[in-house]
Amino acid sequence: MSSLPPLGAVLPEVTLAVSAIVLLLVGAIRGEAAANLVNGLAIAVLAAAGILVLVAPHTAVSAFGGSLVIDDFSRFMKALAILGALVSLILSVHWLNRERQSKFEYPVLILIATLGMCMLVSAGDLIALYLGLELMSLSLYVVAAYNRDSVRSTEAGLKYFVLGALSSGMLLYGASLIYGFTDSVNFGAIAAAATTPTIGLVFGIVFLFAGLCFKVSAVPFHMWTPDVYEGAPTPVTTFFATAPKVAAMAVFLRVATEAFPHITHSWQQIIAFVSIASMVLGAFAAIGQRNIKRLLAYSSIGHMGFALVGLAAATPQGIRGVLIYMAIYVAMTLGSFACVLAMRRNGNAVENVDELAGLARTNPMMALLLGGLMFSLAGIPPLAGFLAKYYVFLAAIEAGLYGLAVIGVLASVVGAYYYLRVVKIMYFDEPAEAFDPMPGELKAVLGLSGLFTIFYFVYPSPLINAAGVAARALF
Amino acid sequence: MRPKVRIMNLLLQDYLPVVIFIGVSVVIGLALLISPFIVAYSSPDPEKLSAYECGFNAFDDARMTFDVRFYLVSILFIIFDLEVAFLFPWAISFGGLGDLGFWSMMLFLGVLTVGFIYEWRKGALEWD
Amino acid sequence: MSVAAVFFYLFAGVLVASAFMVISSRNPVHSVLFLILCFVNAAGLFILIGVEFLALILVVVYVGAVAVLFLFVVMMLDVDFVELRQGFLQYLPVGALVGVVFLVELILVVSTWATAPAVAQFPKAAAVGGAAISNTKALGLVLYTDYVYFFEASGMVLLVAMIGAIVLTLRHKVNVKRQNVSAQVARTPETAMEVVKVRPGQGI
Repeated sequence: MSSLPPLGAVLPEVTLAVSAIVLLLVGAIRGEAAANLVNGLAIAVLAAAGILVLVAPHTAVSAFGGSLVIDDFSRFMKALAILGALVSLILSVHWLNRERQSKFEYPVLILIATLGMCMLVSAGDLIALYLGLELMSLSLYVVAAYNRDSVRSTEAGLKYFVLGALSSGMLLYGASLIYGFTDSVNFGAIAAAATTPTIGLVFGIVFLFAGLCFKVSAVPFHMWTPDVYEGAPTPVTTFFATAPKVAAMAVFLRVATEAFPHITHSWQQIIAFVSIASMVLGAFAAIGQRNIKRLLAYSSIGHMGFALVGLAAATPQGIRGVLIYMAIYVAMTLGSFACVLAMRRNGNAVENVDELAGLARTNPMMALLLGGLMFSLAGIPPLAGFLAKYYVFLAAIEAGLYGLAVIGVLASVVGAYYYLRVVKIMYFDEPAEAFDPMPGELKAVLGLSGLFTIFYFVYPSPLINAAGVAARALF
Repeated sequence: MRPKVRIMNLLLQDYLPVVIFIGVSVVIGLALLISPFIVAYSSPDPEKLSAYECGFNAFDDARMTFDVRFYLVSILFIIFDLEVAFLFPWAISFGGLGDLGFWSMMLFLGVLTVGFIYEWRKGALEWD
Repeated sequence: MSVAAVFFYLFAGVLVASAFMVISSRNPVHSVLFLILCFVNAAGLFILIGVEFLALILVVVYVGAVAVLFLFVVMMLDVDFVELRQGFLQYLPVGALVGVVFLVELILVVSTWATAPAVAQFPKAAAVGGAAISNTKALGLVLYTDYVYFFEASGMVLLVAMIGAIVLTLRHKVNVKRQNVSAQVARTPETAMEVVKVRPGQGI
């Protein structure tokens, strides 16, 4: 097999890798003055990589002896992850310049993290999975502690690193058990060998899934999320909340469905438990939060729980539901974080939910769109967030998981409380001082995201069809 | 004897000098540690253990705070250490690798050379 | 009992004992030294199963570099470790519980272990393709061709480690005069010297 794969298939990855290296060189040679240039080029590269993913022919390619799988599923998730990275990089430019934290390493690290995500999404065996995961995570640890003069940022980076290393250890332990009991690292070969759930194999799956749960921040491996979301600089949090979640969820889906299709019932319970715990904790723990970044952290824990409902169903409909959920989640999260990034008063960033008081009078447009996003995150029909939940719950009911669906609906009712509290603060509280004017790119992202979530129900079929095609690639 | 076991024994026989070496060094090390207790002249005295007139304690913690730059240097060292670790198998099996094997190593070295240029330009290799 | 078995129990026994000492010794520097002893014994175990290259890399990288890094960190942090250990007993029950759970899991896993019939046919990893090819060479023959993807990916991981270390820890002191070799070399007598004719009694 010692021959190179067709370059066209891995073009997005090659583009990301080569341009990350070139941009690092540009930054190193031109010095700190190149930060904005490198930023702009990185945005262009991400856009180009996204386009390359989208225009690639719809054939399933497997490269490097099955380590790298390019199919409709990986295309869908890669496009989504690259979109998340692209938009969060666009959103970060203004903020980092205002905080005087603009360095050329930041976009380079984002590019490398995105490369790691692409490897993760396309991983066809356990080694590629681990390498992709580490490439992504190492870059994320660094950007979490990016503002090294802030105690909270370094604490966030350190916490994320220590817990991330622990989860990587668990994942590796699980991977080695799986390898030991199936004699293969390739997902297809594991599936062929893993026909009966022996106890060693089940332990391997548990440890592997524990590592993956950590990366999607699902309960009980969520404890890093609020602190890291709060401590990391807000643009970094935006990035954390979108692209890595998509990539980790993608590899979760792929491992579960491609490597263990014959022993579904033995991992279904784990996913169902994790999903219930995440939904419930996300709903209840967010109620007391005053910091908007912590609130969105618990919200993301809850959303990962809802998305995992679809995986617990373990049917093509369920996977399709997860894909739709992740796409809508990314859109809503980007919009919400555009608002958080716009929360600046007299040049200083503010993060308290109460700072939004009376936003409806000081900035009615932002209040309207953020209100729409909050309603959508709460899952109120007919907004996008409702449809996302609808598809995963539908799949769960079709798979006979009635309890899971009922708990999910109840959790979203509880969760609605804190989303609606944000709306209440914006519309009914005494107005606070107006925020600084919003930069154009934040307006654009907020506008697009708000319009998408509010009017998604008018024409939902393209996303549903694309997700359906992508989900079928796994079965 | 099964062939597998024989191969293993051949392999382990290669390590006999290492085993002897470790054995000798353990003996010498222990001898040097233990012999002072037996033969050395010792007469403890409280004055010997009290602080010097200049204020230093006679016995103190050898640990002291280091500059964080030592850490950076050693991290960068580890990275290149690993790079060299990858070079060994490459050098040994070079004859059988062909073009792909050659260029994959060149690419790998290229990536790390870019890293090296970055380090250099950032001044990470200067002491200050 | 064969010689290999004797060495196995020697290495394994010292490994476990020194691992215990890592967490129980009072002085953190001693902990690091016991950690090094752990690594060396683990390398011995690796040699016993025939993975020589990995064993020596363990010595070179972990003992040579990572352990030194640990020592730096232990030295650098001015932490009162005695104080830090005060809470140790407090967490002991939880830690012991987790340890017991792990142990039970391991026993369950090991009890179901069965060597696949195909594996028994293989010579040990030491002799991929027969005893004629050394361990390192066998690794080299596949690492750079069959596994080129993983190889290049690990190159990127190392690059990230480099960037990360510099982004997070590099700090230049301001107002430090640095040597600029090229500027020094580029100097000529014209830029460096000024010849002044001084008349007696007038000064410059």
